[in-house]
Amino acid sequence: MTDILIKNLPILVVLCPLMMSLIVVLIPNIFLSWLLTFASTFVAFIFSILLYQEVQIHSTISYALGNWAPPLGIEYVIDKVSIFPIIIITLIGFLTTIFSSKMMPDEINETSISKVYSLWLLAIAGLIGLVTTGDAFNLFVFLEISSLASVALVAMGAQKDKQALVAAYNYLIIGAVGASLYVIGVGLLYGITGTLNMADLSERVVDLKNNKALIAGFGFMIVGIMVKAAVFPMHIWLPRAYAYAPSAVSVLLAATATKASLYILARILFSVFDIADNLIINTLSYIILPLSIIAMFAGTIMAVYEKDIKRLLAHSSVAQIGYITLAFAIGTKASVAAGFIHMFNHALIKGALFMAITSISFYIQKRVTLSNLSGLGRAMPITFFCFVICSLSLAGLPLTAGFISKLYLIKASISADGLWIAILILFSSALSVIYLWKMIEALWLQQPRKEIIIKENPTIYISLLIITFLNIYFGLDASFVVDSSTEAAEKLVGVSK
Amino acid sequence: MISFENLILITLLSPLLVCLITPLLSSKPILRDILGPLGGIISSWGAIQLMASILNGEQPRLELLQIAEGISISFVVTPLGAIFGLVASVLWIFAAIYSVGYMRGNKEKNQTRFYIFYAMAVHAALCIAYAGDLLTLFIFYEVLTFSTYPLVTHKQNEMAQKAGRLYMSILVGTSVILLLPAIIWVWVVTGSLEMSQNGVLDGKMNPKYAPYLLAMFVFGIGKAALMPIHKWLPAAMVAPTPVSALLHAVAVVKAGVFTMLLILTNVFGIDFLSKTGASNWLVWLASFTLLTTSIIAIYKDDIKARLAYSTISQLSYITLGGALASSMATQGATLHIITHAAGKITLFFVAGAIYVGAKMSKISELNGHGKSMPLIFLAFFVGSLSIIGVPPMGGSWSKFFLMLGAAESGYITVIAVFCISTILNAYYLMEIPARAFFFKKEREVKIKIPILITIPTLITCFLTILLFFFIEPFENLTSIMVNKL
Repeated sequence: MTDILIKNLPILVVLCPLMMSLIVVLIPNIFLSWLLTFASTFVAFIFSILLYQEVQIHSTISYALGNWAPPLGIEYVIDKVSIFPIIIITLIGFLTTIFSSKMMPDEINETSISKVYSLWLLAIAGLIGLVTTGDAFNLFVFLEISSLASVALVAMGAQKDKQALVAAYNYLIIGAVGASLYVIGVGLLYGITGTLNMADLSERVVDLKNNKALIAGFGFMIVGIMVKAAVFPMHIWLPRAYAYAPSAVSVLLAATATKASLYILARILFSVFDIADNLIINTLSYIILPLSIIAMFAGTIMAVYEKDIKRLLAHSSVAQIGYITLAFAIGTKASVAAGFIHMFNHALIKGALFMAITSISFYIQKRVTLSNLSGLGRAMPITFFCFVICSLSLAGLPLTAGFISKLYLIKASISADGLWIAILILFSSALSVIYLWKMIEALWLQQPRKEIIIKENPTIYISLLIITFLNIYFGLDASFVVDSSTEAAEKLVGVSK
Repeated sequence: MISFENLILITLLSPLLVCLITPLLSSKPILRDILGPLGGIISSWGAIQLMASILNGEQPRLELLQIAEGISISFVVTPLGAIFGLVASVLWIFAAIYSVGYMRGNKEKNQTRFYIFYAMAVHAALCIAYAGDLLTLFIFYEVLTFSTYPLVTHKQNEMAQKAGRLYMSILVGTSVILLLPAIIWVWVVTGSLEMSQNGVLDGKMNPKYAPYLLAMFVFGIGKAALMPIHKWLPAAMVAPTPVSALLHAVAVVKAGVFTMLLILTNVFGIDFLSKTGASNWLVWLASFTLLTTSIIAIYKDDIKARLAYSTISQLSYITLGGALASSMATQGATLHIITHAAGKITLFFVAGAIYVGAKMSKISELNGHGKSMPLIFLAFFVGSLSIIGVPPMGGSWSKFFLMLGAAESGYITVIAVFCISTILNAYYLMEIPARAFFFKKEREVKIKIPILITIPTLITCFLTILLFFFIEPFENLTSIMVNKL
């Protein structure tokens, strides 16, 4: 029994939320549909932990879907690289589901809640599938499943604010453009190599150096994924989508959606293609590196001037994605590891910050802007405390997870003779302190305009507390994150680099 | 016999415990207020034991936790650290007693919160003192900054907000943009975060880059308040006086110069510095800061502002001592950490006493009030003498060593700088007791100074005299530090 379970884990971790989404849509009861969602995300999380243990033993698990052996059939691959985003997605999925229990009924009609949960599970399943699959075309399918589900979820925000429709439309169109670019790229590669399996692709592209079609296909794929990953300047869908989505959806998207695409980016850059190839070296140093640096500053500066807090955090995400792509662009083992470390930590940090802000908006029943944060820190001490800790973590202050990311990122860039990159990274993170500090100051120092009495709700802050605790825990004991990221980087870039 | 690990833990954890227990006792103010001094006594007992063990030639160390491979939080007691730890913990006892008197006398709000962060700041300062590697040092350097923010903005009004902003932006900005990459640079160059008594860079770093690395450290350590990154210190004076006294005359700023000395001696190493001349520019920058801020101090009418500029100037003595790269000057700089701390905390205590007792904060208002508060002004007089460096006060020793050090390393101009600054010190500090005792009283003021303020002030004043006679153990420590013994 357990053997069969373990053997089929790579597909079960995807199927569990996927199948449940079909069941949940039929259930009219709010609580029951939440419970089922919760159960399936929790099980998916347990599965991912089991997978992690499996990967520690076998290093790579390959699963042939429907017993059609790769490269002909679709292959699911779980290795030391892909397990990392799987854990991020399932962990955050499970935590945000707890968080959503109070938020959803507040923002969504009773009748549509089960549909929302169905979409919710679909989005999670899509993201997990995206990461597990070893097939370039199947990847496109999952990419679309998760994007379309997310678009619909964002659109649900329209029940509170009509702006969500515009945001969802934007997201849909830009996302569709990204996906089509990707699929064109896949088509070109398929045309010249005759395979869709990524492992197989990587063997075949070696002989095709300087093939024009290959370069074009690569370009299409990369740009398509960069749109999905919201790499500057292809990020314009992101701030609106995050800002107007329903609360719990913002948390889920902010913490997971771009991470999966970033993972795919790394996979294509380093695993399908070869880091030693001139094509990749040029892409990294002439396209991704400058774009990342611009993203770091542009995102941060946009955030500094933003008044609406959800948008502010979304802009800051653009900057943080810049750090991750920057780490990839440096292209050494240490830097790719740093990118993965930050991917994990940023999911925790941004998830927590969005949770804190959306719960504040739940308590005051208003959109959260800088001016209506005044004095709320005293009215809601627990939320405020978590918010401060996670802000410090975002700023990269010691003893928090964010510090570990910064530390490895800086070390990697200095080791790669990029002291100037290190200084730029730190300079932009010092700038980020400005917007974080504005919020903390408003919460802590300004007087409330009128006396506000708020009773904090345990079902809301429990997940916030857990994720804040994780922010501190992974700042004190980072060995899990650091070791698995280093292993992932070793697998992607090779031991020597 | 308690093991060294436990001794370090006792010293470090007692302020942390105070910080954690205080909120539980917020409804019992008496118990809550006893906690601080109690923690101070336990902590200083530990610090004294640790210092004794150093004098016996041992090296206590403690590995607390491993964050990831190659990164850990560890503590090692060095002679320099033992001195700073002792200063911070012993003065905490008196500052804790004093803050009870001050906070009650001034009827401040949110006292519990104040004591929580006060203890936390002391904890961070002690962790800096015993930091075993560069990363631990950096971590607690930041913890110290953040734990003092609620203290600086204690009044929670607009002025506090502005000051808090300046305070944080300078301290956090410099440390994150410059100090952190400098530390990681050392890490990349030497392959580890460890420090050693003779420096770790010799032979590993190209001397060509050494001045740049040093500059990143010097401007990254904002707490040492060298010009042009000194502005946060006068801004921080909006905090209640016990904060200015313990933190902005002792714990925080001394953490800055302590870090500076540690970097100069244990990362660069005196020999490496004097061989490569990497710190020559720092000598001039420190001298410039030292003189300029002394002159600015003359023009400040607010007592705390004048003391703040005087502190900046005195901190530059310590940085200068390190930058001279001679063993004598380093000894002088280290001794100056102790003697200046005792002297300056007394002066701040007096400033607070005058504020609580007579609601005066300007020097021009003090005319003739010496007779109504004789003990307080006497304490100020004695403290000032120590800062100026007149025997028989502790301050004379450190200045003596610093001057010898300047001579040893051949900087004759620096000796002149010391002399001029001594005159300036005397000028701006002596004005205060002079006005109080010799000027004519302009108006009557009702004066009421709580006993809990007077006693600690007199004790620290007495300490400055004691230091003159009992400097030997500290001098021995500094000799160990520069390998003389």
